[in-house]
Amino acid sequence: MMLYDAGKIIAGLVIFAAFFTVPFWYGGGKTSEMPKLELTAQARQAGQCVEPKERMRQDHMQLLDDWRDAAVRDGNRTYTSSTGKSYTVSLQNTCMDCHSNKDKFCDRCHGYMGVSQLYCWDCHLDPTEEKTVWASTDGNS
Amino acid sequence: MKVLLPLFAVIALVVLAVVGVKGAHLNGLFGIVIPYAAFVIFLGGMIARVTGWARSPVPFKIPSTCGQQKSLPWIKADNLESPHNTAGVIGRMALEVLFFRSLFRNTQADYRGGDQKLTYGSEKFLWAAGLAFHWTFLYIFLRHLRFFLEPIPFFVPFLEGLDGLLQIGVPRLFMTDLVILAAVTFLVVRRLMLPQVRYISLPADYFPLFLILGIAISGILMRYFIKVDLVGVKALTMSLVTLSPRVPEGPIGSVFYVHLFLISVLFAYFPFSKLVHMGGVFLSPTRNQANNSREVRHVNPWNYPVKHFTYEEYEDEFREVMIGAGLPVDKQADTPAETAE
Repeated sequence: MMLYDAGKIIAGLVIFAAFFTVPFWYGGGKTSEMPKLELTAQARQAGQCVEPKERMRQDHMQLLDDWRDAAVRDGNRTYTSSTGKSYTVSLQNTCMDCHSNKDKFCDRCHGYMGVSQLYCWDCHLDPTEEKTVWASTDGNS
Repeated sequence: MKVLLPLFAVIALVVLAVVGVKGAHLNGLFGIVIPYAAFVIFLGGMIARVTGWARSPVPFKIPSTCGQQKSLPWIKADNLESPHNTAGVIGRMALEVLFFRSLFRNTQADYRGGDQKLTYGSEKFLWAAGLAFHWTFLYIFLRHLRFFLEPIPFFVPFLEGLDGLLQIGVPRLFMTDLVILAAVTFLVVRRLMLPQVRYISLPADYFPLFLILGIAISGILMRYFIKVDLVGVKALTMSLVTLSPRVPEGPIGSVFYVHLFLISVLFAYFPFSKLVHMGGVFLSPTRNQANNSREVRHVNPWNYPVKHFTYEEYEDEFREVMIGAGLPVDKQADTPAETAE
């Protein structure tokens, strides 16, 4: 096989192949583990989140957005779930009550997926932060 | 027909993925086998195409130029428009690949004014839409590395942050999503609206546009409207790239499989279609040659060593027969010419 300008052609093809196969050699041959979430004892005891697990997994962001609008804009602090149960619309008093382990719950998947620009904690109290730094969390949900 | 055929083809592909995953539960086929096959076809096909071009000789020096060639020292040469050395070729090629410089000169003929005079005018929309499309495609491609790399490199969150800078909605609206939709739509509409362009457009021109539109729409649906299990998606993609393929247990969502299947089709289709211009642009003889025919002689690689058969060789072969027939010969048989005299 005769290639004209073989040096340039092969260099170009090597760059091309290297670029498109980055994911295959980036990890250095290690297999990747899916993040495992740790539920707190309280969460495990509750057994179910405000909505079924599959829905929470896909739509928790949408739910939190709806909750934010309901609580902050409409002053509506009661959420009736698809299972008919009522919950208080509050990130800190409802969600974080069970999921108080942010670094082993929220952060694991968000870190895995590169969801780095959340602005939950711009306003809300990050449970891992020193609580005394903040004013009372009561009514500040 | 030229438009509807590729449109229905893309719709059929969507239906195929939905039926395959929702109906037949062929998650392994659509999640593992087809993506792998598509990637191998893409990589192998591109290499085959490029080496195929590299095997083809370029008989003539044919750079297409629009500037003064380098000649006498007191004549100002334009090394970008008519490069005479490798630096010039690289500069011109870089501007072509990164900014579509030749397309920037695009003109359009039209009948204008009251007397319907034929007018040639500058037409920048194709250039703008093409550039917007290609750059956003690259941007979105790089953004997707978050699904393929672990740990995620620093530039991916940076690109995402820049893309969602306007902070519209939850999840943040990516500007590139809007740009790519607008640009591809423009490219489709342009083919349909301009009679001359519609006349020369083939199904192979519409198909990649509809396919990419399908990919963009399914991706947008997944991000903003019909949410899927993203951790499951990444578990699948990471299992693919670490060569330990496994479909995660929980349901991911069929929109994802549609998205993945359309991309697989795009990858597999790539080397055999017009899309191969990704590699081809670098191998265009009218672009990648230096216009230095006054400095360097271009030897046609077709010039194989021609087989000669000179009169001396002819006579050597047939001398005895010639002498026998009484024909005159320059050299006598087995005797030096001098002694024969």
